[in-house]
Amino acid sequence: MPGAAIELVGVNKWYDTFHVLKDINLTVSSGEKVVICGPSGSGKSTVVRCINRLEKHQKGIIRLDGVDLTDDAESTATIRSDVGMVFQQFNLFPHLTVLENLTLGPIKARGLSRKDAEEKARHYLDRVHIPDQADKKPMQLSGGQQQRVAIARSLCMEPRVLLFDEPTSALDPEMISEVLEVMVELANEGMTMVVVTHEMGFARKVADKMIFMDAGEIVEEGKPEHFFTNPQSDRCRKFLSQILQH
Amino acid sequence: MKKLLLIVPLLLLAGCSSSQTWGWYVIDPTTASGWVNVKFLISGMGATIQISLIAAAMSIVIGLLVALPGLSEKRGWRLVNRVYVEFIRAIPLLPMLFWVFYGLPIVFKSMGMNVPIDPFWGAIITLAISDSAFTAEIYRAGIQSIARGQSEAAQTIGLNYVQTMRYVILPQAIRRILPPLANQFIYIVKMSAFASVIGMQELTRRANELVVTEYRPLEIYTLLVFEYLILVLIISAGVRWLERRMGADERG
Repeated sequence: MPGAAIELVGVNKWYDTFHVLKDINLTVSSGEKVVICGPSGSGKSTVVRCINRLEKHQKGIIRLDGVDLTDDAESTATIRSDVGMVFQQFNLFPHLTVLENLTLGPIKARGLSRKDAEEKARHYLDRVHIPDQADKKPMQLSGGQQQRVAIARSLCMEPRVLLFDEPTSALDPEMISEVLEVMVELANEGMTMVVVTHEMGFARKVADKMIFMDAGEIVEEGKPEHFFTNPQSDRCRKFLSQILQH
Repeated sequence: MKKLLLIVPLLLLAGCSSSQTWGWYVIDPTTASGWVNVKFLISGMGATIQISLIAAAMSIVIGLLVALPGLSEKRGWRLVNRVYVEFIRAIPLLPMLFWVFYGLPIVFKSMGMNVPIDPFWGAIITLAISDSAFTAEIYRAGIQSIARGQSEAAQTIGLNYVQTMRYVILPQAIRRILPPLANQFIYIVKMSAFASVIGMQELTRRANELVVTEYRPLEIYTLLVFEYLILVLIISAGVRWLERRMGADERG
């Protein structure tokens, strides 16, 4: 399919005998924003982790820009530098400064000069609204700032796709909005995004497509306007009523 | 610590002043013959330090090379690590020293190579290999204690395995690895005494030789003990200094 940034066809994955992903089919067009939600253990994080090959699927096809993901080390390397990932736990490197966190990938993996990498790093720190923290260690920043550094670190690799794995779940409530704000800005700039989140306000605002997963399956898929107002399946309706209550 | 160090002059005084059983004169540096003896004993220090340093350096490298397959997802690699660690760890140092010094040259000869192993390298090889099994386990534990998210994050910014280890995992693990690694270094210094039995002229060998000519085991071995004590205290101080520096670094 032309324009498909990510394509999953009949993807299955097992942890030993536990069937985590069951026949997942998903297409994400270039520039599209997809939000995946669902109860914990539904496999939504696993989908995202399979897309950048942190986990391996056993059956089915995952294509990025038309290229199959295989065990081939070279294709894995290409994919990883084309696909950015933002983790729930930030996973910043605690022994490096914020600036070093941002320049490590561009310098070592992309071969940029230190000067160019730092210039790029400062540009993206500015974009996530923390231009003044470059020389601090991650532990000196608040959770919200750390997550924004993590987003900037991904952006420094100039990825074509950004994956978010519950980016606000480890944050104190007052810090969630500063991270979501940055994500909304990215979305508005046309970044292709796959976001696993329970932040339904964010989903309504930016999602082109909503995915609801349960027990390893995609149970429901649709435009946000239909998804929120008129969910088709009982499981989805029940889930939405539970998380929208609060 | 200060009180402990006072014991030396006290013993010396007691020995020099009173009874027949003490003979501190053999290592009394104020007399000409005593000073010759002391110089003879201390001259083994260089060999002990050299053997320990080279063996420790080799153990640190071999240990890492053995530890890394132990962290692999592939079972075959993990097995290589397990077999090495379990096998090497099970061999007592003295038999291994005999095997390397007397046995290994025969192995080489049977392969048509003439590789003489002198006491110096025999001791180093034995200490390094014997210690590397422990070093490997220290590395493995240290690396495993770094959260998996760190290497995942490194991969997502395009770093390969070697870069991930070098720039992300090892710099964090080293802070946890350092104290047990220092322990191992102290262990090597002490175990280097075994080199005396294959004729290496280090601290213990020198003491043994002097005992044979002077018949003063108590005095000479007491000095020997304190020679090791001083070496170990210097290492401890050095490691504490390193730890403080790294700790301060981590706190930023």
